Amino acid sequence: MSAAAEPTPTRGPARPPALLGLPLGVGFLMPALVMVALFLLVPFAWIVAVSFTNQSLLGGQAQFVGFANYARMFDAASWLPGGMGYSLIVTGVFVLGSLAGQVGLGLLLALLFFRRRGPWREVVFTLVTLCWILPDVPIAFGWLSFLDRDFGLLNGILSALHLGRPDWTLDHPLTAIILFNIWRGTAFSMLLFSAALEGIPPSYLEVASVSGARFTQQLRDIILPSIQAQVLSALVLITIWTFNTFGPFLITGGGPLNKTDIVAIHTYRVAFKFGDWGLGTSIAMVVMLLNLLLTAAYLLASRRGARDARA
Amino acid sequence: MRHVALLAALALSTAASAETVTLTFTGLNTLAQQWFTQTVIPATNKALAAQGKTIAVTFQNTSNDAEATKQQYALDLKAGRGADILSFDGFWVPEFVQAGLIKPLDVVVGKNATAWDGWKQIPSGLQGILGYQGKLYGVGSGTDVRGLYYRTDLFKKAGLPVPWNPTSWNDVLSAARKLKTLAGVTPLQINAGTAMGEATTMQGYDMLLLGTGIQMYDDAQQKWVVKSPGILDTLNFYKTVYVDDKLGDVRWQLIPTGRDLSFKAFADGNLAMVTEGDYLWRSVLNPKDPSGLKNRDDVVGFARMPAQAPGEGIRKQNFVTISGGTGYLINPNSKHPQEAWALLSTMSGKPALDAYQKLEARLRIRKDVAIPGDKTMQYMATTLLPITVTRPMLPAYTKVSEQAQLMTERVVSGQMTPQQAMDAYATAVTQIVGAGNVTEGK
Repeated sequence: MSAAAEPTPTRGPARPPALLGLPLGVGFLMPALVMVALFLLVPFAWIVAVSFTNQSLLGGQAQFVGFANYARMFDAASWLPGGMGYSLIVTGVFVLGSLAGQVGLGLLLALLFFRRRGPWREVVFTLVTLCWILPDVPIAFGWLSFLDRDFGLLNGILSALHLGRPDWTLDHPLTAIILFNIWRGTAFSMLLFSAALEGIPPSYLEVASVSGARFTQQLRDIILPSIQAQVLSALVLITIWTFNTFGPFLITGGGPLNKTDIVAIHTYRVAFKFGDWGLGTSIAMVVMLLNLLLTAAYLLASRRGARDARA
Repeated sequence: MRHVALLAALALSTAASAETVTLTFTGLNTLAQQWFTQTVIPATNKALAAQGKTIAVTFQNTSNDAEATKQQYALDLKAGRGADILSFDGFWVPEFVQAGLIKPLDVVVGKNATAWDGWKQIPSGLQGILGYQGKLYGVGSGTDVRGLYYRTDLFKKAGLPVPWNPTSWNDVLSAARKLKTLAGVTPLQINAGTAMGEATTMQGYDMLLLGTGIQMYDDAQQKWVVKSPGILDTLNFYKTVYVDDKLGDVRWQLIPTGRDLSFKAFADGNLAMVTEGDYLWRSVLNPKDPSGLKNRDDVVGFARMPAQAPGEGIRKQNFVTISGGTGYLINPNSKHPQEAWALLSTMSGKPALDAYQKLEARLRIRKDVAIPGDKTMQYMATTLLPITVTRPMLPAYTKVSEQAQLMTERVVSGQMTPQQAMDAYATAVTQIVGAGNVTEGK
């Protein structure tokens, strides 16, 4: 009975015998395939189609315009505040700032509680994880009041320390949303790194200590190389998430003066505030291609990591 | 057997009692909902009694951000859905008609709407508040005017005359300079920037531009004015207020909550002058509203917005103002257009509107509905309605208006000089409407 499904031994490791025949297998897959087609493939095809037209929310019959939307996306005016080019620069700063903060702080917290148990670890890990899992809207309201120039907690603390009362959402909006995003996402790196640290065989560090290696030397020669794969994963995943996040919209709305016009907000503004679906969908296409590149980089790197691990 | 009898009795009783139609209605504030419950719904049910029908109304809230509401309507209508009756801003109509999202009353409702006796009470010019190219899409409810509000208590403190009647931009600026000496007081708020949307165009930019003798769209030439000394003078006024003399708070122009903050500052006595519509007086500061200003009538004065200099305003006027209009239209996707019309015509009738005027006196478009007991509103109606202008009713208006907002933002934030901002505006507007539809004004 199982003979027909037996794989030929030459094609890699033996597969377990199939439990289902092909028709039944496809049958079980159908609901998922229909969902994927309905909510992913069809809208995607629609977006590709719309990006070559001048369709708008409040417009007449749409016309085919070729690559005009793509050309318009990067014309000279797009590098002025409010344009796509400007938005990509803002997003670059936002991603780099968030990345440095989240990975740095996550690593610091993981090292701080490395091989330590007890209430402090529980309290800190719980709080940091809460920042990560609480819903966006209440968090945004919290941050708005935290950042408020006149009544905010942050400025309360700063002015008590005689550091002035900066107008965060007006004069330093990009810094404000980077801080917000670091606060929001550090938990991921922290949890990932602290799990990875647990995997380092204790004997490595003990031997190093006995031989007189200082902590910085241990960090450089043992700890970091051991969690290299996780650091890489964190870098790529956080980049993708930060690149696509819409959360800061609730704090700055992309302004003032488009200083926080990150690509997700920019796409939303073009497609829904200005109702320009043609341009909006073509921006979405470019953003998707950039995401694909990032994902490809991630897959390539993780495959190489797996190969190194096997070697 | 007994069950059958019971069922039959039930069936009979439902047939005998009225059929209830539930209508969804958007954009009514707390006062208006109270008015609906007390006056409009009972009156509508009385009118529908002969047909054996009653209505119930579900109130659907909209964002207090008009742009968000417009976007919600566009998405709802495009999906073939939405509330039965939509509160609507008149200047949205051309765009929605062009997109095929709304239909005229004679199509949606038919004879009942065209034969309504209320039309006779509405001047023909104002019937078109929710109209476009000769077709009516809904019933206008009211219009508005804009002017300059000032805090009489702060004016007295600064040694300025009360009542105050400025006759030029210089009068406004010199008053602002005196008010600047009061600690903690922002002298003047004149809206700028993109965050306030249309409130920047109408309460800010237009109020100045009209004072230089031109409008955004030149009706005679049928072209958009993209460069002119009037635009430059307007931008220079902004520059004086927000950049050079710091007579206003530029922060309010740039952050999303700026308009609300300016209202709050005015109510708290921390802002001395603000250009706003009658909405500020009758709604935001309404003493009857729990969040209003209890002593409004003692501390708030109203003056007409002067032209740059006497006689230099649009049509050589000494004072300028601009009006919008709002009203209600019936969703072409409504399953109950006749009942919706019964509700809409009842609420637009004299008895219902008279009842509303007692809650909140507004500028009504019906000739037979007066403004009872509110001298300030009566003053606005008698002095400003005769000299007012309206926005260009053109589909491109919204996009051009956004460019005007951006132009003011670039000036008040110091990003560009008035000349640079006007050049950028000219380029952008030309791209929107086409080179054949723009002109460089006098």
